[in-house]
Amino acid sequence: MPEIKVTPLGAGQDVGRSCILLSIAGKNVMLDCGMHMGYNDDRRFPDFSYITQNGRLTDFLDCVIISHFHLDHCGALPYFSEMVGYDGPIYMTHPTKAICPILLEDYRKITVDKKGETNFFTSQMIKDCMKKVVAVHLHQTVQVDEELEIKAYYAGHVLGAAMFQIKVGCESVVYTGDYNMTPDRHLGAAWVDKCRPDLLITESTYATTIRDSKRCRERDFLKKVHETVEKGGKVLIPVFALGRAQELCILLETFWERMNLKAPIYFSTGLTEKANHYYKLFITWTNQKIRKTFVQRNMFEFKHIKAFDRAFADNPGPMVVFATPGMLHAGQSLQIFRKWAGNEKNMVIMPGYCVQGTVGHKILSGQRKLEMEGRQILEVKMQVEYMSFSAHADAKGIMQLIRQAEPRNVLLVHGEAKKMEFLKQKIEQEFHVSCYMPANGETTTIFTNPSIPVDISLGLLKRETAIGLLPDAKKPKLMHGTLIMKDNSFRLVSPEQALKELGLAEHQLRFTCRVHIQDPRKEHETVLRVYNHLKGVLKDYSVQHLPDGSITVESILIQATAHSEDQGTKVLLVSWTYQDEELGSYLTSLLKKGVPQGTA
Amino acid sequence: QQQHEDLSAKKLRLTKPSKSAALHVDLCKATSPADALQYLLQFARKPVEVESVEGVVRILLEHYYKENDASVRLKIASLLGLLSKTAGFSPDCIVDDAINTLQNEKSHQVLAQLLDTLLVIGTKLTENPSVRMRLVEVACKHLTDSSHGVRNKCLQLIGCLGPVEKGVAKEVESQAAKDVQKIIGDHFNDQDPRVRTAAIKAMLQLHERGLKLQQAIYSQACKLLADDYEQVRSAAVQLIWVLSQLYPESIVPIPSSNEEIRLVDDAFGKICHMVSDGSWVVRVQAAKLLGSMQQVSSHFLEQTLDKKLMSDLRRKRTAHERAKELYSSGEFSSGRKWGDDAPKEEIDTGAVNLIESGACGAFVHGLEDEMYEVRISAVEALCMLAQSSPSFAEKCLDFLVDMFNDEIEEVRLQSIHTMRKISNNITLREDQLDTVLAVLEDSSRDIREALHELLCCTNVSTKEGIHLALVELLKNLTKYPTDRESIWKCLKFLGSRHPTLVLPLVPELLSTHPFFDTPEPDMDDPAYIAVLVLIFNAAKSCPTMPALFSDHTFRHYAYLRDSLSHLVPPLRLPGRKLVSSPVSPSITPHEDPSQQFLHQSLERVYNLQHLDPQGIQELLEFTIRDLQRLGELQSELAGMADFTATYLQCQLLLIKALQEKLWNVAAPLYLKQNALASAAAKQILEETYKMEFMYSSVESRQVVIIHHMRLQAKALQLIVTARTTRGVEPLFGMCEKFLQEVDSFQRCFISELPHMQGSFVDKLLDLMPRLVTSKPSEVVKILQTTLRQSTFLHLPLPEQLHRATANIIEPTGESDNPLRFTSGLVVALDVDATLEHVQDPQGTVKVQVLYPDGQAQLIHPKPADFRNPGPGRHRLITQVYLSHTAWTEPCQIEVRLLLAYNSNRSKASAKIPKSSWNESLEALPQSENGIEGTIPFSKPVKVYIMPKPARR
Repeated sequence: MPEIKVTPLGAGQDVGRSCILLSIAGKNVMLDCGMHMGYNDDRRFPDFSYITQNGRLTDFLDCVIISHFHLDHCGALPYFSEMVGYDGPIYMTHPTKAICPILLEDYRKITVDKKGETNFFTSQMIKDCMKKVVAVHLHQTVQVDEELEIKAYYAGHVLGAAMFQIKVGCESVVYTGDYNMTPDRHLGAAWVDKCRPDLLITESTYATTIRDSKRCRERDFLKKVHETVEKGGKVLIPVFALGRAQELCILLETFWERMNLKAPIYFSTGLTEKANHYYKLFITWTNQKIRKTFVQRNMFEFKHIKAFDRAFADNPGPMVVFATPGMLHAGQSLQIFRKWAGNEKNMVIMPGYCVQGTVGHKILSGQRKLEMEGRQILEVKMQVEYMSFSAHADAKGIMQLIRQAEPRNVLLVHGEAKKMEFLKQKIEQEFHVSCYMPANGETTTIFTNPSIPVDISLGLLKRETAIGLLPDAKKPKLMHGTLIMKDNSFRLVSPEQALKELGLAEHQLRFTCRVHIQDPRKEHETVLRVYNHLKGVLKDYSVQHLPDGSITVESILIQATAHSEDQGTKVLLVSWTYQDEELGSYLTSLLKKGVPQGTA
Repeated sequence: QQQHEDLSAKKLRLTKPSKSAALHVDLCKATSPADALQYLLQFARKPVEVESVEGVVRILLEHYYKENDASVRLKIASLLGLLSKTAGFSPDCIVDDAINTLQNEKSHQVLAQLLDTLLVIGTKLTENPSVRMRLVEVACKHLTDSSHGVRNKCLQLIGCLGPVEKGVAKEVESQAAKDVQKIIGDHFNDQDPRVRTAAIKAMLQLHERGLKLQQAIYSQACKLLADDYEQVRSAAVQLIWVLSQLYPESIVPIPSSNEEIRLVDDAFGKICHMVSDGSWVVRVQAAKLLGSMQQVSSHFLEQTLDKKLMSDLRRKRTAHERAKELYSSGEFSSGRKWGDDAPKEEIDTGAVNLIESGACGAFVHGLEDEMYEVRISAVEALCMLAQSSPSFAEKCLDFLVDMFNDEIEEVRLQSIHTMRKISNNITLREDQLDTVLAVLEDSSRDIREALHELLCCTNVSTKEGIHLALVELLKNLTKYPTDRESIWKCLKFLGSRHPTLVLPLVPELLSTHPFFDTPEPDMDDPAYIAVLVLIFNAAKSCPTMPALFSDHTFRHYAYLRDSLSHLVPPLRLPGRKLVSSPVSPSITPHEDPSQQFLHQSLERVYNLQHLDPQGIQELLEFTIRDLQRLGELQSELAGMADFTATYLQCQLLLIKALQEKLWNVAAPLYLKQNALASAAAKQILEETYKMEFMYSSVESRQVVIIHHMRLQAKALQLIVTARTTRGVEPLFGMCEKFLQEVDSFQRCFISELPHMQGSFVDKLLDLMPRLVTSKPSEVVKILQTTLRQSTFLHLPLPEQLHRATANIIEPTGESDNPLRFTSGLVVALDVDATLEHVQDPQGTVKVQVLYPDGQAQLIHPKPADFRNPGPGRHRLITQVYLSHTAWTEPCQIEVRLLLAYNSNRSKASAKIPKSSWNESLEALPQSENGIEGTIPFSKPVKVYIMPKPARR
């Protein structure tokens, strides 16, 4: 039985280091190639030696697919392609291809320049790696080789995030990457058609969460900012360079526009600036509003948001600043924070999760006195707010996607085991499909029941459909023909044509059966009795009495002779071709029951 | 063959020889199918007269049978359809032929086209049941065709023509009275999605035509909701909705359990489910239909707003619930801490239902949808459901308030309007009010004005709420001073709705102090006026309030009562008899003194008919002045007062013109002095057009008087011309025209004539036989005497009369900076205007731009530029493109609004359906005496512009 095998190298019952091996109908595909934020040793990259011990990866993998530019989905790519060695194609969407190298370079800089690691991939390696990338468009079917094809669907989440359908013959798998089912200020909602894949590999970050409406959060956020600015306070919003930063920029920009506010908004230069540039270019990947209005004005050409300069932090008057990094652990955001923390009019809004140990985490948990480097004590008087803006699908969203795609099996990755357990149970209960949640390194095998396409000759099709009623899509239909399997292809042709093609003479197969009937009368009388009986029973068939004393029922021949030894027993010879097997055997069983005496 | 052609040619000659014969010749000449096709295409461009249709059809049919090429046959078939649509042609005679053509047709496309033609024929012959039956039978026969197009058309035909009344159908042809529903229902499972869609559509068509659909279809339709194709799902949603309206109370089982529920609830649940469909077309459809399912039980209805939140399997409260709790615990507006939304109790994993059955959270999803079309329809549906269910209105409030922050303005606007519509059922909590008021700072005028409207009819629960609203409105006023009127109006209603809540705020608002005198506020400060409007309106139903006023407040009241009478109500102030209006409480509101005054003054005018001319003139002048002043003071009577004043003005002009000396002087002497009389005639004409077209709800009683006045003006014109021109030649035409007009007046208003005893026209009609036969000079003489002798007609007033007004808000005309642009290029000027009491503004309102060189430009705004913020009010927001050759220095142009009219608007409004036969049909000739013109109805605004010469 054909099977699909899935082995997560990362993201199996875990978040981070997404890397899933998929083998489908003899093709091997690697889905994502990410790094793990929690580790700084070998565990940060997937264990590629699992794939092959000493052979080249290129020989083993048919292609690599990257769903989006987050480092936990693409961070290991240069290591994998340049240091381990892979020369095959890498597929990603256009925005991902554009933004990915920026993030990789940033990541490399931090690891090598700041932490001083050696034996890490170089800038050149990133460039070489990107040369192997093939960019795809949404809904474009890309033929990787003759049998393997992939197709990208919109996934929301971040700019350029995509879900991929991988298809070989009639078997298909959909891999979601990270996705978001509720639209936000700059991106739309994930969408997939009713493609009915054999397997859906979905993320499950928020498997046990159902989120509140986005509007309340947005409104709260805007209100907070607005109030502070009106009072003349300064607002600091620490963000990561990409993704949420743009969403919040759009949110504030439109709000400023709507409310006619004048206070300046700044965002830190560097990465964000570069990223905004790409956001401007990839307008087609954003949501309805931005796509529709960009003709008048590109929403990412911010009117109110300007680049930040270090000196601005000391300017009097209200302002809003987006600064990196998002957890206040270093860099510009921390500098500004130290400057502003002392004034209770100011406010810091943390738009995302903070890792333990960072300043962000400390102030969120209510600490008011912070010890900075050099034994300085920083008193935090400014207001601290927390707003969660997350772009993953929640439990309802995941269920919604499953409903849209109608898969035959579901496999959960990118989530915590305990949460997956709950979702798995729910999926099985509500969709009646089997659901899997392999751990890293664990292989899940799914048996499929693919339908096999067969070419049928038009003549045969027309002939066969003409017999029955109108074809009904929902019901299977019986057809007669000859199946020819030749050169890896299947064809259904009429028997005559098959014989002709194969150069064979037609042979007839006949079944003959003797039935003994106790009847003392003469042969022709017996025949007549049998004839009358059959005529009475088989009303729908043409029963004929031929002059030579035999009976035909359709093409079945019945002859009667007297038994050589016992004249009282008549032998009925029933003969039929194999095509009429059904009627023939019915007829014999009928005759075996005997001919009723009354019909003379 | 030869003979046959001759025959048909002969027959055609009787009707319209050239056209059909030419077609015949052309088609015979055609050597190749492509040629024939060309001829047919050319032929199709020209219209065919009703009489020759049948002949043409015969010729086409003849060629149809001869033709081998399918594409030509297709064209012929489509032509047959077009021809049978010709107005006035009854396709009875070609039914048989058309059906016959189907018999031997092999091409599916042609078959489909022929069926389409039959459909056209059938729809023209709906009164003929036997033809319909035949056509339906034909369609049923072709339902087994293998092509989807043919099946599609068959279903369409059955849907449009299938028998609707069961009883009748049985009588007509019992064997053919098959159950059409069954036939169509069988195709719900067709293999082709297009045919499935057509089947559902046909079913809906039957329903529209009055057939009661069977309930059995419901389960079939439910299955179609899971179809792979969006158009099928979309149609299925409609069908389910129809069934839910037909059988709301029937009971259907729930598949997985033994329970049963009402059909309408079940259908509601199913449609709710479709709100999260994959295709947005279906989502829009579903969201829209939800609104009209008012019979659904409240339990299900309230589920649509329900979404159980959880975080890590623990129950979480929504932000709405938290806000409510904070509010009820009195802790409102505390800052939010991290973990404020921390999840509370554990959830039983088995009890969580992720894909909820039924209606759960449908609106929550709909309002969060990616496509704004879906969000808008969800808001609309919310509105409709909330209007019928107060408890639901209360619940959906939070969600509507959230929509005020949508990213698309249309959605925000829609939700504000929705909120206004349901505001009778709701009272805003303080936190909700806070969110609502935050939108006041929106830079879009539409939004702010909609919000003011909303605040006008909102219930606020606390005095803090009122204070908050006032503060925010004042903030709005400082930020956008142009909103002044709208804000005042809003405060007026706010005050009169919540007198008891305003009362405790009064000292603070007026900043009075028990011991100290505070400085007198500036009377011209709009903000201060706003506060006073609020207070005075509250004081109207709160007699204790005036005790809190300080002296200057009373003075300000007197001033405002006079200057802003529409905003400040009459108050009964203690010890201020002079100021307080003399309204005694016994007088009921409709015996309004001003209305009385209006009627009295009119009475006076109409009664005093036989005063000396001088006296009449003076009386008229005084009355006109009085009326004009009354209109300014009493906005609700303004229309009426203006209307009558205009009428009296006309009369006055007429009298003055007739009083002139020129009539006594010999003709050749006063060539120049006639200026007054002819000017008067002209002005009266203009004024009558104004009266007729600028006022809403003018009835025929008034129209006849207006026309009568116009007739008099025309008579005056005729007399003046007769006196001033030499020679009789031009007079002949004029006289004839005038008599024609009298004639048409008589025809139009025959029923009104008895009321016009002693009037000009009455006398004129008596003299008509004489007039027709006499010479122009005679006619003029008669006219002159009749004009002088005729009495003054009493103008009856309708109940309500409003004058169309327009006010250009933008451009303001105050800017000193000229609008600079390069000559030869265009510059867009934003025009923003409010229109009141204009009927059909899309068709009538135009923008006129007058350049200093006298050049005038007339611009027709797009229909989409008009918005309708409230009944009787319109808003025009458009862009006017200006261009001119270079000027040496900046100069002012004038922009004004015009009201276009067409004197036979009753005919014009009944739109003549454009001939579908072809487009080149020349426009209908202008109806004979339709006079078109424009009335300026806004103050002109000056715009400073400067076209610069282009730089080379």
